[in-house]
Amino acid sequence: MNGIVISIFEQGLIYGIMALGIYISYKILDFPDLSVDGTFPLGAAVTAALMLKGINPWLCLPISAVAGCIAGAVTGILHVKLKIKDLLAGILTMTALYSVNYRIAGAPNQFLMGKSTVFTLPESMPTFITTYKYIIVIFIIAVVMKFALDWYLSTKSGFLLRSVGDNEGLVVTLAQNPGTIKIIGLAISNGLVALSGSLACQRSMQFDITSGTGTMVMGLAAVIIGITIFKKIKFMRLTTGVLFGMIIYKACITAAISSGMASSDTNLIITVLFVATLLINDFTSRKNKKKGGVINA
Amino acid sequence: MLRLSHINKSFNVGTVDEKQLFTDFNLEISKGEFVSVIGSNGSGKTTMLNIISGDIKPDGGDVFLSGDNITKMANYKRARRISRVFQNPSNGTCPTMTILENMSIADNKGKSFNLTKGLNNKRKDFYRSRLETLGMGLENRLGTLTGSLSGGQRQALALIMATLAKPDILLLDEHTAALDPKSADIVMRLTDEVVKENEITTVMITHNLRYAVEYGTRTIMMHEGNAIMDVSGNEKSEKTTNDYLKIFNEISIECGN
Ligand SMILES: Nc1ncnc2c1ncn2[C@@H]1O[C@H](COP(=O)(O)OP(=O)(O)OP(=O)(O)O)[C@@H](O)[C@H]1O
Ligand SMILES: [Mg+2]
Repeated sequence: MNGIVISIFEQGLIYGIMALGIYISYKILDFPDLSVDGTFPLGAAVTAALMLKGINPWLCLPISAVAGCIAGAVTGILHVKLKIKDLLAGILTMTALYSVNYRIAGAPNQFLMGKSTVFTLPESMPTFITTYKYIIVIFIIAVVMKFALDWYLSTKSGFLLRSVGDNEGLVVTLAQNPGTIKIIGLAISNGLVALSGSLACQRSMQFDITSGTGTMVMGLAAVIIGITIFKKIKFMRLTTGVLFGMIIYKACITAAISSGMASSDTNLIITVLFVATLLINDFTSRKNKKKGGVINA
Repeated sequence: MLRLSHINKSFNVGTVDEKQLFTDFNLEISKGEFVSVIGSNGSGKTTMLNIISGDIKPDGGDVFLSGDNITKMANYKRARRISRVFQNPSNGTCPTMTILENMSIADNKGKSFNLTKGLNNKRKDFYRSRLETLGMGLENRLGTLTGSLSGGQRQALALIMATLAKPDILLLDEHTAALDPKSADIVMRLTDEVVKENEITTVMITHNLRYAVEYGTRTIMMHEGNAIMDVSGNEKSEKTTNDYLKIFNEISIECGN
């Protein structure tokens, strides 16, 4: 039982970093970005390729993130400069990344058995650390990323990012180019997603080219769960809610599977869970409107 | 200061809806003028403002600002020198950010939006004093999300934000139209104060003829893409709402309505 709980937290926090990325694109930028289905395995592919070359596993994290940033920027450029619709721009990048990921990893699957990862700790560590090494390392990385994102969103540049999704016209009146800000936002978003992919690859010790399927929907579900449940809590930031949202999401999936459903049923569970959260979300926001919330004069 | 020169603009060219709005349209506005623009729906007022701000590119002709030809300049680059308040109160503020956050970004206009702290706590007192002039109590609600303010409060805030970093030109498009009469009067009075205090050249579109009479130094009436009336100085101060109404009626008779 203990093992299951820890595994839920591990998975929840690894994928939670991905959900932070989707929080930026979907919630802040209002951009349904499907490129994440390609940038998640991109992070894994880059990591697998580098680790097979013997590169330091810690270095794999930022390099994967940069690769994700570039891919995100491509989606942004397709949308902003070439005026391709947001959904289509993401699908195009995702499609192209399938080939790119294959090239980078050299094969649709790579196994990394015996390679050292960020979870390879020195022998001298006390045993209670080595027993819980996975969750400790994952927790630290996820929390650092959360605080880094919180910090960025509190800077001047972050303020612009927050305004561009809500009110693009305001950004124009501030004499800033909204297109550039969207490209930056998508780059950061996909950087986080690729970092999450890198961490997932190091945890599972393998790369699988299909591992990105459903990333967007999963992340979106976590974002909506997290925000719906935790937005009422004043002192807690939404980014914390998003991490918890993914943990809750992973717990639901685990519960469904352990109650006898096959793991191939997860996609169906994801969709049902997704629609359920959307309905709850819709319900609560409607309640708010009745109370006389936002009036669009 | 601002000059529109030989502007041509058509919409939906090549379709049955083709409409030539401006044909060789010219307008010159001097520094410090406060121009009210009135005229019927569809007469081209908003389009004129959009051509000034760069949101719409003219098919022909040039736009000059302080002698520089800005016809080809992108809207966000022009915004360094041009501020704007829209009819819809949600357009001027960011609803998911607090009053203080909104004031801070507006205050940073023209400077770099870098990785330093977004909130400008040092200028809090200054922001409070600016908000105090509204008499809406917003100075005590710096932490409130602007999305939860009323339309009038948001519009007043938008006006303060638009003039925080002093623009060369202020464009107002029916910025009191969505407000109740009392809020509209407050925002209009505030507009006048801010404009006079900072000597900002202003172009204000309004359907409220009383505002056109009481405020501003010049009134232009638009009709089908032409400025059919343009009064300033004594000629303007002698005009009453009835005079304006009369011209409106004359136009409608001409059009056969
Ligand atoms: N983007 C556009 N596409 C097609 N036609 C347009 C567009 N913008 C304006 N027009 C047309 O140009 C004419 C002038 O519109 P404009 O919005 O400038 O009027 P207005 O004077 O601001 O009217 P109102 O008082 O109703 O705001 C209208 O006939 C309108 O249909
Ligand atoms: Mg208009």
